[in-house]
Amino acid sequence: MRKISTFSKGGVHPADRKDLTCTKEIVRLPIPEIITVPFSQHLGVPAIPNVKKGDAVERGQKIGDAAGFISADIHSPVAGKVLEIKELFLPNGMKAKAAVIEVDQERSALTGKIENDWTQMDPQEMVAKVKDLGIVGMGGATFPANVKFTVPKGKKAEYVVINGVECEPYLTSDHRLMLEKGDKILQGSMMIAKMVDAKKIIIGIEKNKPDAMDNLERLIEQNSYPIEIQPLKLKYPQGDEKQLLKATIGKEIQSGTLPIDIGAVVSNVGSTFAVYEAITNDKPLIERVVTVSGGAIKNPGNFLVTIGTPIQTIIDACDGFSETPDKMIAGGPMMGFGFYDLQTPVMKGTSGVLALTKKESIKGEQSACISCGRCVQACPMGLQPTKLYKNIKKANYDTAMAMNLLDCKECGCCAFICPAKLPLVQSMRLGKRMSRKKK
Amino acid sequence: MILNIIYAFLTVSVLGTLFGFGLAFASKKLAIKKDERVLAVEDALPSANCGACGFAGCAAYADAIVNAAADITLCAPGGATTQVAIAEIMGLEATGGDSVKMVARVHCFGNDETSKKDFSYDGILDCNAAAILFQGDKSCKYGCLALGSCITVCPVDAITKGEDGRINVDKEVCIGCEKCVTVCPTGVMKMIPYDADYFIACNSNDKGAAVKRACTVGCIGCKICERKFPEAGYTVKNFLSEIDYTIEPEGRDKAAEACPTSCIRIAD
Repeated sequence: MRKISTFSKGGVHPADRKDLTCTKEIVRLPIPEIITVPFSQHLGVPAIPNVKKGDAVERGQKIGDAAGFISADIHSPVAGKVLEIKELFLPNGMKAKAAVIEVDQERSALTGKIENDWTQMDPQEMVAKVKDLGIVGMGGATFPANVKFTVPKGKKAEYVVINGVECEPYLTSDHRLMLEKGDKILQGSMMIAKMVDAKKIIIGIEKNKPDAMDNLERLIEQNSYPIEIQPLKLKYPQGDEKQLLKATIGKEIQSGTLPIDIGAVVSNVGSTFAVYEAITNDKPLIERVVTVSGGAIKNPGNFLVTIGTPIQTIIDACDGFSETPDKMIAGGPMMGFGFYDLQTPVMKGTSGVLALTKKESIKGEQSACISCGRCVQACPMGLQPTKLYKNIKKANYDTAMAMNLLDCKECGCCAFICPAKLPLVQSMRLGKRMSRKKK
Repeated sequence: MILNIIYAFLTVSVLGTLFGFGLAFASKKLAIKKDERVLAVEDALPSANCGACGFAGCAAYADAIVNAAADITLCAPGGATTQVAIAEIMGLEATGGDSVKMVARVHCFGNDETSKKDFSYDGILDCNAAAILFQGDKSCKYGCLALGSCITVCPVDAITKGEDGRINVDKEVCIGCEKCVTVCPTGVMKMIPYDADYFIACNSNDKGAAVKRACTVGCIGCKICERKFPEAGYTVKNFLSEIDYTIEPEGRDKAAEACPTSCIRIAD
């Protein structure tokens, strides 16, 4: 095993609270009677629906076509009938079209297994499969995977880095996947290496998951896979591409460039598993592991959930709330999105659903900035959140842009560390929105 | 002793005279020639420095008119009078530009009592910041979020928030620069003529049932105003009534009385 490492600039140490769910095995949830499948589950242009009200759909049938280079296909996770195409608000606060499908339980049942031998396939064929089956990054950003796995001309991939960091507090879906589907993840990472023609595969795992590390290490030794495990110190936001690459291969991505510019392709553990299933079983991305946790959940756990399942259904599977939650979050507490409607569907990027109690969501009184500079110290991108905040507050959006506002990825370190409890991340979002609006 | 005082006095006087001549010489010799037309145009502009024309202020706009042949119809606060004045200075003909003075108004009468909210918002008190999340906390996505981004941008302090939680524009103070219209994320701030009698206090394109679920004072698109008072200039488009201010209306006040949700309100 390699020597333990981490990234250098910034970062914070939030309480991880993973003990609530990290020992809970992944449970498959039954498909509900009615599901809602949004056509915008990925970064980029929403897919265009190719079904209409009244259409019958099959399990795994393509119901939305990718509408551009950065876009992804949407598949029906079930067999049934389209009741309507409606507009709804997604947890990220955007409005999008969605298909409401009445489920035909019998036809939706899992059927015959397809087993492709991936070692016999050529890389282009594999990338095409990843594209056709709608695989996107499942760590949260939901970047279309086929775009990531297509190495642009003139560039070369040297490393495939598998992201098993899961640095967001509460979330344990990737952790459980590494324990329960370890071999598939390892094979999936070798498939990615084949697609991008990379020689080295490194899996980055934070040291709060020793069991997952041991499990993968054992599998690697047993099968003598050409994969290395990189143990990492605990530090948020290590699960971000930029920080992960610095921690694993010691190289830094410059502002405005991509991992491939330093010869690396990064894939999250969840997406790697989805890639494995897509290539060997021809299975589109129609279900995912979701961690349901937080102080207000009676029995937190990890669930394999059909995409489109209303969040209410998974909460019910946890025996409901133990108290009225103060805040509901889709994703992790640092970068996830607050939402209020329990009918909101689970999507490709929903890694967790959190119901936080008043005590956990700690709002606290806002006070004035005392220019202590702790946000500057914590910012992993080397920005000056305090100055950005003050400029955005005064509507000096151009000045904020000149201070590299766009490099901010809204990881939340600054707002987490701020003793004055200033809404720093929201102000960055506001600044980006307003400078877009101006143009 | 007295001599010292006289010497000092003389020295300072002589120096003062010399410097005075020096400055007088410099101001003549080193003077920067400014186009008189720029000064004249600047005088003709209302000096509100609102930025509605797209330039940094009145001086910058005046400079652009003279030196870069900028469009002379851009000054919203000045309106037709300013246009004529500028045209005269520049030797142009005053064309285009509507002569009706327009003022801003919030086309929503909802507040905490009348309108439902979906969740409690506790972020930055700015409409655009609130709109990032589900287009605001209100169930109605077209209404006024009442966090006052328009108040912040108004260059003449014409906009205030009342105790009832509604945003009001003082039409006597409003210069019609449309900065509030630009900043408003829901588009509820719209321009109406200064002498408009009535306005539709709703901006919702939702169907009637959805409007009723969200708010008690919204336009439900029932078309009573359009059908029963055809001469009054109402048309309902996308479940929202609109007033045509260009016609001579008849019975507009009756329609306002007949409106079941009283969203046709007097523009005072």
